[in-house]
Amino acid sequence: MTELAIKVRGLRTAYDTHIVHEHLDLDMRKGEVLGVIGPSGAGKSVLLRAIIGLKQPSAGEVHVFGEDVIHLQSADHAALQRLWGIMFQDGALFSNLTVRENVMVPMKEHTDLPLPLMKELADQKIRMSGLETWAGRKYPSDLSGGMRKRAALARALALDPPLLFLDEPTAGLDPITAAGFDQLIRDLQKSLGLTVFLVTHDVDTLAVTCDRIAVLGEKRILAIGTMDELRRKPHPWIQEYFGGPRGRGAIMGAG
Amino acid sequence: MLRGAWVVTALGKLDGQLKHLSDAHGSDALAELDLSELERMDTTGAYLADRALRSFAPSSPEIIGAEPEALDLLHQARVLATQEEHAPPVHEEGHGFVDLLERTGRGAEHLWHESLETLSFLGGTLVALSAAILRPAKMRWTALVAVMEDAGLDAVPIIAFLSFFVGMVVAFIGATTLSQFGATIFVVELVGFGVLRELGGVLVAIIIAGRTNSAFTAQIGAMKMRQEVDAMQTLGLDPMQVIVAPRVLAMMIMVPVLTFIGMLTAIAGGMAVGWLVLDINPTVFFNRLQDNVPINQFWIGMSKAPIFGLAIALIGCRQGLEVGGSVQSLGHHTTKSVVQALFAIIVIDALFAIFYMEMGL
Repeated sequence: MTELAIKVRGLRTAYDTHIVHEHLDLDMRKGEVLGVIGPSGAGKSVLLRAIIGLKQPSAGEVHVFGEDVIHLQSADHAALQRLWGIMFQDGALFSNLTVRENVMVPMKEHTDLPLPLMKELADQKIRMSGLETWAGRKYPSDLSGGMRKRAALARALALDPPLLFLDEPTAGLDPITAAGFDQLIRDLQKSLGLTVFLVTHDVDTLAVTCDRIAVLGEKRILAIGTMDELRRKPHPWIQEYFGGPRGRGAIMGAG
Repeated sequence: MLRGAWVVTALGKLDGQLKHLSDAHGSDALAELDLSELERMDTTGAYLADRALRSFAPSSPEIIGAEPEALDLLHQARVLATQEEHAPPVHEEGHGFVDLLERTGRGAEHLWHESLETLSFLGGTLVALSAAILRPAKMRWTALVAVMEDAGLDAVPIIAFLSFFVGMVVAFIGATTLSQFGATIFVVELVGFGVLRELGGVLVAIIIAGRTNSAFTAQIGAMKMRQEVDAMQTLGLDPMQVIVAPRVLAMMIMVPVLTFIGMLTAIAGGMAVGWLVLDINPTVFFNRLQDNVPINQFWIGMSKAPIFGLAIALIGCRQGLEVGGSVQSLGHHTTKSVVQALFAIIVIDALFAIFYMEMGL
């Protein structure tokens, strides 16, 4: 058994009386790309927030690289934060900073690199995420939605974190850009040995990038496995997801 | 030979040394780069190594003993770092005296436009309001009542509290000055004239400018940022009707009410000082107020209140609708909104003072 990057046990999260997850268990291996799918409102983003410690669960345990996220002291938490990069659904770039400054924020916070090098590296990350260098001088509000997503990815990658959380990275992108994005994630994952936690709705992204897929529903993980394994599950939602016209097309495209 | 872990957290010191490698040794000093003892490399390490390699151009040192992953990273770093740029042209700002003149000119023009825009916004609001009066069904009554509660009723405690204290302060000023002439009884006139004619209205308007005006701008600005206003327009809803008209009308109704409450509590404050410090019995206070302070002073004060309300709501809504896409612009316009509202209150009050003086009131 390979080492676990993320281990969730008996997770229960709730907003007031509305229970999002109950008795949720999830194992994620090091170096794999795990896609998380599920119907809208199934709590995919909430699960992500619970794992990175933004949402306090009402019961259960979350371990990331063996560290208990929920009961961590703040100093240890800062050390853990250096190990993950997060790309939020709508970018969540700091709007008072330029894109390049956004990318430099984690570097400034967690490393002692000299400033000129930081700028060079930030430009490199910006190019890496598929933007051109001049975009780094712009403010997020001057960029289009797709460019903001790329800038957000550049910030998530700023410290070359071994664990990457992506919340709907390809939503709202045109198919060509989205395919480029998938390829980029795959390439980075291969060359850096990243572990990627990917929340998505995009069947194409799943087919191209993910090693395993977890299906979230009914407040827990319904099923987890490779795409082929999942397609054999009898659960009606999973059947409809992969058996529908979009699912079939994506699988044929990937195969 | 590169050794150890070339990762982002460990490379701070290497930067300077690597930078001058080729300067120190000449451009063909490095023949090969041995990566066989490299433990780990991330994109930062790859960028630095590649930058060092590039500095030896045109000769290209050979890389030996590298893992395929490391080679991939180095290759990627090279491709990215040498990528061509197609930047759109940037407008360079000038410096020095000419720039100063230019900025002054722009500032003056901006001020002129700002006044014009405010007036045109006033016109737009009046059109929306008159449309609502002609066809009351188009008015958003729920929004109107909600704003009246939020900006009016909920402001009563703070208005009453502050007005009471300002009334006390006025009475105290009068007490210390007038007692030198043994004329402390004139505190009644001082409080009466001062509070009714000027202070009551202006104080309430200033509190509302700080409390409600900023709230209006922030609310509408956030709606603007989240494209709610755009959505409204595409659905055929006129933002002037939906957002501005209820707020303006609510403020024109509530500021006079609040002013009335403020006047009452300010006089109560003055009376409390008179009673406790100057031994002026409340009955005496009221009789003297009735006899010596004509009722038109009250109406002068009240006549300004709806105009203050109108100005405050107009400026708050207009600045809110001006907000662009960024958080900074929200902060900028909220500040601007409060500053403009305070400015407008003082100027309007001064104009009223001149007007009533010319009328001999």
